[in-house]
Amino acid sequence: MTLSTFKNLLFSILFVSASVAGYASEDKETTDDKEFNAKEMILHHVKDAHEFHIIDVNEKPISIPLPIILWTDNGLTTFMSSAFHHDDSGHHVVEKNGMKFVKLHEKIYQLNGDANEVVFDEEHHPTNASMPIDLSITRNVFMMWVSVAVLLLIFLTTAKRYRKSDDKLPTGIAGFVEPLVVFVRDEIARPMIGEHKYKKYMPYLLTIFFFIWINNIFGLIPIINGANVSGNIAFTCTLAVFTFIITTFSGNKNYWKHIFWMPGVPVPMKIFLMPIEIIGMFVKPISLMIRLFANITAGHVIILALMSLIFVFKSVAIAPVSVAFSLFITVIEIIVTAIQAYIFTILSALYFGMATEEEHH
Amino acid sequence: MTITGIAAIGAGLAAIGAGVGIGKIGGSAMEAMARQPEMHGKIQSSALILAAFVEAVALFGVVVAFLQG
Repeated sequence: MTLSTFKNLLFSILFVSASVAGYASEDKETTDDKEFNAKEMILHHVKDAHEFHIIDVNEKPISIPLPIILWTDNGLTTFMSSAFHHDDSGHHVVEKNGMKFVKLHEKIYQLNGDANEVVFDEEHHPTNASMPIDLSITRNVFMMWVSVAVLLLIFLTTAKRYRKSDDKLPTGIAGFVEPLVVFVRDEIARPMIGEHKYKKYMPYLLTIFFFIWINNIFGLIPIINGANVSGNIAFTCTLAVFTFIITTFSGNKNYWKHIFWMPGVPVPMKIFLMPIEIIGMFVKPISLMIRLFANITAGHVIILALMSLIFVFKSVAIAPVSVAFSLFITVIEIIVTAIQAYIFTILSALYFGMATEEEHH
Repeated sequence: MTITGIAAIGAGLAAIGAGVGIGKIGGSAMEAMARQPEMHGKIQSSALILAAFVEAVALFGVVVAFLQG
């Protein structure tokens, strides 16, 4: 083992164990309540939020407030989420522009009329409040902007290096980016779409590959409370809809013929296959959406569940086991971040390839 | 038994199915790579894609369990 590999290995291990320590310190906060509820803690971590909750000190939460932007009947209303004083049970009422708002399970409700507090029915749904259109900059939106900024920084620097130097050898950060771009081109776009048409789809494929990857990686950093961007179904849905639109609009005659009137099979079979192919058209992006969402969310849930075992059993003796297991799962998750970005990209490329394939018989 | 318990059993059954499926893909891919080492890259990438397809079906089960549990 050379010195540099050893250094890299050491750094990775340090990094990963620091992450696990971060998770552990976050979990402790919830045990101060009488009964530790693992499910509640996990859902709180996985779901989107209106503030960056960092840590609790002496039962007082420390968090970075994020702006709340609401479209109500009286127009745009904005205030900081710190106005709720970390209340998430709907008891703290915030008055703004003559309207009253409460926050309940990370959703903002507007109280109807002159009600002064929220009334719940048996299933704990509020009965006297409605939900305005919530355009807030939440934790996920903020993290998405951070990852966009990081991607822009990396790729603009890379582009500048290529513009400056005439020799073909990539230097600096370009040396890191170029193999990845070549990988997407030679291993994903070329074999899946074909030699003649792949160039048109390269910008999209590169964008989703790096965007999903960097968001997956940011999801594993615990100090930002593991902002679960790529484990949010709205995020994956948007990406899958992009793939669906591009596939549908680049479909040629051959593609539509295969969907509506499958060549080379008897007529009853053609009629039988038509609805299946039409359903298949929509199932492909839906499976893309659910695959990414469920993989990333499941990873977060497993790590947090292993950590909460300590607090469920209320014993320090269980700690080495659960730390070791969550270290193991975290290492696997680091691989999964790359694999899921690769799978999403290669399946998108496969669908584009199917849509643009020429007749060959 | 509560609905949460049944949801957990459902997630477990989905995991069994995916385990069998991915195991078969992985086993066959290893065998194929041992027979034809020069096809290593191609076999590996198609095995990964197939594993993703199998896994997606299991994850549908997990998502339904999430929604119920």
